[in-house]
Amino acid sequence: MPKVKVKRKPPHIDMTAMTDVAFLLLTFFMLTTKFKPDEPFVVDPPSSVSDYKLPESNVIQISVDATGKVFFSTGQGDRRTTLEKMAKQYNLTFTEQELRSFSLLETFGVPVSQLKQYLALKPNERAKVNQPGIPTDSTDNQLRDWILFARQSNPQAIIAIKGDGDAEYPVMKNIIATLQERKVNRFNFITNLENAPQ
Amino acid sequence: MASIDTGGSDGKEGGKVRAKKMAVHIDFTPMVDLGFLLITFFMLTTTMNKPQVMEINMPLKEDVPPEDRTKFKESQTMTIVLGENNKVYYYFGITNPVLDSTNFSNDGIRKVLLEENKKRNPLVDSIAIYKRMLDNRIIKREEYKKNSARIKAYKDALIVVIKAEDKSKYRNLVDILDEMAICNIGRYAIVDITEQDKQLIAGTLPTTN
Repeated sequence: MPKVKVKRKPPHIDMTAMTDVAFLLLTFFMLTTKFKPDEPFVVDPPSSVSDYKLPESNVIQISVDATGKVFFSTGQGDRRTTLEKMAKQYNLTFTEQELRSFSLLETFGVPVSQLKQYLALKPNERAKVNQPGIPTDSTDNQLRDWILFARQSNPQAIIAIKGDGDAEYPVMKNIIATLQERKVNRFNFITNLENAPQ
Repeated sequence: MASIDTGGSDGKEGGKVRAKKMAVHIDFTPMVDLGFLLITFFMLTTTMNKPQVMEINMPLKEDVPPEDRTKFKESQTMTIVLGENNKVYYYFGITNPVLDSTNFSNDGIRKVLLEENKKRNPLVDSIAIYKRMLDNRIIKREEYKKNSARIKAYKDALIVVIKAEDKSKYRNLVDILDEMAICNIGRYAIVDITEQDKQLIAGTLPTTN
């Protein structure tokens, strides 16, 4: 007697729901994502209990890495005018091409005299360059001029300092003194969030 | 299977012979794969939290004539000196300071600040009550801010002078400013270190009697 064979059907799993969820998440992440700025330095800011958020625009950011090198960054719309004013101050000329390439530069840490060479590099070559940082010492304080011209280009900008926790205090003191010289008495330290003790 | 089944497979009823329709099967698997790949990509590249900031207000550089300066009692001032290797030195008053040292742990400088501030500003504990009321949505944020600012500005409250040695790290500065916020100290200033403070820490200050 032949055995009764149960006809096997492949189990049907309806994946529509899963696809829906997947695409919902995808849409969410696509809309909320803001790409990490391409930073040529590693900065690990100290943590604090302060929970104010940094606004997304109108920020002039001064970054200090653990070795005390200073980097500067300003809003994309203001970079061009800032560089034009800076060029005037230091008797340099930048071509249209260089101005455009500067306005796409997220952050930089080279003295203004070397900026031309730096801008001539391709973006993937820039990452390999060891940037010396913006000079901040009293004899050649270029940071002071960058701050002045960036603020002239965008008077509403707030100043944020992103320092590595291991940066030496004198470097920060110098930056704070430079800011005060420019009559900036209100500024912000960028920190990581830490839970407040109860 | 991940598929769309448009039906039409078993049409046994009815006498007419129909052309048998083939079910259209669309395999969704590659689309789901792609979807998840993109999700993973966006999840990894996204920066969800915006950075936090701590606002710093420095005093104006202009010199204020002595008669316009606000006067404080010497006993309500505390000087904190940030030293090397995360050490914290502190003393009270200005004349004949007695130096003490501690660290950034919970029982360190925070305990000292909380105790000293409470001694001078008896209302300081009520900030915590306002905070709890704010958390439970009994009062509004503006009201909380107004009240805590009023209590912090009490005339006898502790005034902290923060000085940092050259060998201290930026982290120490942020930590001490954080302690000011945690301990509800309304009045503090970041000041350059003096030669006297350096000598005091090194233990070479000549005693004045």
